[in-house]
Amino acid sequence: MQTWSLVSICVLLALVVRWGVSLNSYSVLLFLVCACVYVLSAGKHWISFPFIRLSDVSPGAGKPPMFGDYEAQRHWQEVTYNLPLQEWYFNTTENDLMYWGLDYPPLTAYHSLICAYVAKSINPEWVELHKSRGYESPKHKLFMRATVLVADLILFIPAVVLYCLYLTDGSSRKKVSTLFCFLLYPGLILIDYGHFQYNGVSLGLALWGVLALGLGWDALGSLAFCLALNYKQMELYHALPFFCYLLGKSVQLGLMGRGLFLLVRIASTVLGTFALCWLPFLSDPDHAMQVVRRIFPVARGLFEDKVANTWCSLNVLVKVRYILSSDSQIYLSLACTLLAVLPSCVRLLTKPTFWQFKLALANSSLAFFLFSYQVHEKSILLVALPVCLLLNDLPLVAIWFLHASTFSMMPLFLRDGLLVPYVVTSLAFLYFSIYLLSPLEHCSEDTLRLGVYRKLLFFLPKLDLAWIVRWKFYISVAATAGLSFVTVALVPPSHLPDLFPLLVTSTAFLQFLGTFIYLNIVQFSEPPSRKSNKKKK
Amino acid sequence: TVTVMAAAGSCSWFPPLALGVSLLKCLFINAYHSTDFEVHRNWLAITHSLPVSRWYHENSSVWTLDYPPLFAWFQWSLSHVAQHFDSNMLRVENLDYVSPGAVLFQRLSVVFTDGVFIYGATECCRCVQEPKEQRDVLSRPSFVLAVLLLWNFGLLVVDHLHFQYNGFLFGFLLLSLAKHLQHRHLQGALLFSILLNLKHIYLYMAPAYGVYLLRSYCFTQDHRDGSVRWSSFSPLRLLALGAIVTSVCALSFGPFVAMVRTVLSRLSPLRGPLSRLLGPKLLVPVQRVHLKLLEEAELPRASMTGGLVQEFHHSVLPSVTPSVTLVCTLLSILPALLSLWGGPRGPRAFLRVLLICSLGSFLFGWHVHEKAVLLAILPLSILAVQNREDAGTFLVLTTTGHYSLFPLLFTPAEFPIKVLLMLMFTIYSFTALRKLHSGPGRLLRPLEYAYLLGLNAVAITCEVALPLSPWQQTLPFLPLLVTSVYCSVGVCHSFLLTQPSNDFTNIVTCELNTLMNVFIIFEEYGTLQLIIEICLFGRFS
Repeated sequence: MQTWSLVSICVLLALVVRWGVSLNSYSVLLFLVCACVYVLSAGKHWISFPFIRLSDVSPGAGKPPMFGDYEAQRHWQEVTYNLPLQEWYFNTTENDLMYWGLDYPPLTAYHSLICAYVAKSINPEWVELHKSRGYESPKHKLFMRATVLVADLILFIPAVVLYCLYLTDGSSRKKVSTLFCFLLYPGLILIDYGHFQYNGVSLGLALWGVLALGLGWDALGSLAFCLALNYKQMELYHALPFFCYLLGKSVQLGLMGRGLFLLVRIASTVLGTFALCWLPFLSDPDHAMQVVRRIFPVARGLFEDKVANTWCSLNVLVKVRYILSSDSQIYLSLACTLLAVLPSCVRLLTKPTFWQFKLALANSSLAFFLFSYQVHEKSILLVALPVCLLLNDLPLVAIWFLHASTFSMMPLFLRDGLLVPYVVTSLAFLYFSIYLLSPLEHCSEDTLRLGVYRKLLFFLPKLDLAWIVRWKFYISVAATAGLSFVTVALVPPSHLPDLFPLLVTSTAFLQFLGTFIYLNIVQFSEPPSRKSNKKKK
Repeated sequence: TVTVMAAAGSCSWFPPLALGVSLLKCLFINAYHSTDFEVHRNWLAITHSLPVSRWYHENSSVWTLDYPPLFAWFQWSLSHVAQHFDSNMLRVENLDYVSPGAVLFQRLSVVFTDGVFIYGATECCRCVQEPKEQRDVLSRPSFVLAVLLLWNFGLLVVDHLHFQYNGFLFGFLLLSLAKHLQHRHLQGALLFSILLNLKHIYLYMAPAYGVYLLRSYCFTQDHRDGSVRWSSFSPLRLLALGAIVTSVCALSFGPFVAMVRTVLSRLSPLRGPLSRLLGPKLLVPVQRVHLKLLEEAELPRASMTGGLVQEFHHSVLPSVTPSVTLVCTLLSILPALLSLWGGPRGPRAFLRVLLICSLGSFLFGWHVHEKAVLLAILPLSILAVQNREDAGTFLVLTTTGHYSLFPLLFTPAEFPIKVLLMLMFTIYSFTALRKLHSGPGRLLRPLEYAYLLGLNAVAITCEVALPLSPWQQTLPFLPLLVTSVYCSVGVCHSFLLTQPSNDFTNIVTCELNTLMNVFIIFEEYGTLQLIIEICLFGRFS
């Protein structure tokens, strides 16, 4: 079998899975309650409708008062299409920012505008100002799902294919296996095609940036990353490693000679890209400031809902939210984040290799996720992307983390009615990644890079660390499976209604923290000679 | 021939393939399902809530029970699980009942009963001759066969989107074939008679089974030249075979003996029209554009599933009657059966004749659904991984046969799935078979390549261009017409390719010649009819 046919089969399969997930319902807050009420009250009428589907019943039924990300994206299309650009980010008579106001950077708005033009040409009702609020129909759902697929097909999937073919090492079979697991990562599929978001765009652009840096095209890489940043501000999680890598590389080339030239080229690329993206908003400084204020809301609190980060987990023991004022909460989280990011960034600055860059991406985004202010559970996708890049190098830890990250979003999936796709894709990912990348067979202290742990545990010479890691992996997988089952099947005790979500987030948090410490240690330990040889290639 | 069994330990790749496809099937739970969903739900309700004596009399739904008794028992046993999902789906009076629980149960029942198919596929993979030299896993015949069977596009689409239990049924067929390949003829015969009592469409294959078992099992010896030694007839073996077949039938029809006429009339295919939907069948052009058929196809849901009594009478040319189709079918499979009697007696020859039987009845039979092309595709997969010529035939037949299933899924939401899955299967089958038969020479002739490439153009025209064009209003069935006419060429071509080439005297050649003449007559008859009717009714909107 030639590599191209294997690659195309992988891509086609990934597309089929994506589309299969998208046949399910999307995010509608509170819809479950409403749908149940609807079914109970009007059940007879509903039953008599022969060709209705599960996916159509759940979100559409009952017209709940609040909608999820699906309505937000549709609303942005409506706003960007109908209103002049000056009003997009402002609260005006025509634009009610309290109703899913635009709070993403300009590229998202432009993307919405393009989608809105297509929508308008298909059915003008979809983007009619005000009247289209809460619009839902099977055809519209099909259109929205198709926009996600098209965006993925253009940006995310080619980047993954190129990354796996050109920047991972091993036989072509191994590359295809990595590609398969990367494309099948369930978290991203479920959020984009189930819950409904366009993470594939921002992550895809960031991945193009990584790809370009890996191939040595630094200016192109920074261009792609700036686009990612201008699509979704959360890409700031990745900004420090990009910055440190490029700065470190320039310093290495000599700040007086070629390094300076490189730095200037990158800086002008970055400035140019930003200027281009923000061009329509730059005429008025106030306008630009309003966009920035919309993009970075600080008034929302330390954390929202149940997130598997430090603050939410700490909340079980210490109620930080009530002890500290909101300002000091910001400073505390800022300090913790900086402290957590610092080691890996300093290391990257001094040793700007691609391997260090990948690790720093994972470490920095994980630090942001664990310690920063106002984290959403979906932000774990930003960590998952760099960890996917490590699938080939550190298979066991990467699979472990990716599985835990999908698991950490389980309450969200259950709310969206995505139980079956969640179970199916997680099971498939776990099984196939373990089968194809065989991390458990080649599991030794050397491949797991446990040298530092060995030195720390010098007083226990007989301990087989690899064996312990393997068992920890089994136990954590069993725990995630058990907790998933319990959450679905059992009703929590009445005095502890949040018991299961909290158990889910704290289990996930422990695994994230463990991964964070481990990846930091790996970054500081010497890369094995195998690695460095390959980078020169 | 000596069958080299694949070592049991070397099949570690089988579970991932099976599990992967099963998980993929679970993703389609919420996808479109046809009226067959309601058909099977109704059968669940009938078998669960009515006494056995009423099963074949109940007709409050249009979708009456018209499968043989064993399938009714199968539905009966499923209904005991179904009541734990949603007991309302088991009430006969709840027509057109759909609920999340019912959908989940019915979809999962198809996924789980596909276990039989997976088991059958393993058994077939064990019978494949492995090459001497140790090859890479991906280019082993057994691996390729496993993918071709388990990931078959047609089965995925028909069972898990359109909704039917074909995987379960084909499981019995594959098991039976595997038993024959392993020379366990009695077990094979038992499995096939069970299969016949599950769904009678497999009667089309019965001639091949009958001739093969009679010739190779009941006659124990041959002459030197391969012809039959009449003295070696073993009555004991014939008796054993007969006992197996009659006991299975007795078990199946036993409880219904008092109303066997009703059951048989329900099973009769004569209740239906010549063809259900516009499949790539040879006789279909004869009445394809007929006005009434147009009207029928306007309700694609109704036309795709069976049971409704619809008869069409041609207004321009004489109608094709069931007896004509029977004669055509018999004529078309006769040379193959004769060659099986007189020619080599290995199980592979049997497989080829089986294939010809299913293709012949697909092309000429009465009331054949386009899904029936799977009857030929799946057995051909086994031959394709072992024989170069068969691989070429397989590529032509599967690509055209699978494409002809496209009209089954006409909903826009499922469009990406059918296209992507079809592409995936086609790319795989082409590259894998080419790698498998990597010697000199090509698998396909240039004309065949051109024909298959033309399929792309047809697909784009029929799936994208025509539905968007103004002709959609005036000629709504043009896409179906183009699809089936184009595909019938490929199916006919592969039917001719499968004819036994080892020259068994003149009879075969003579038969082939007459057959070709029949073909030509039918083609012209069909085309003539087509032109006349387009002239008369084509502008009709």
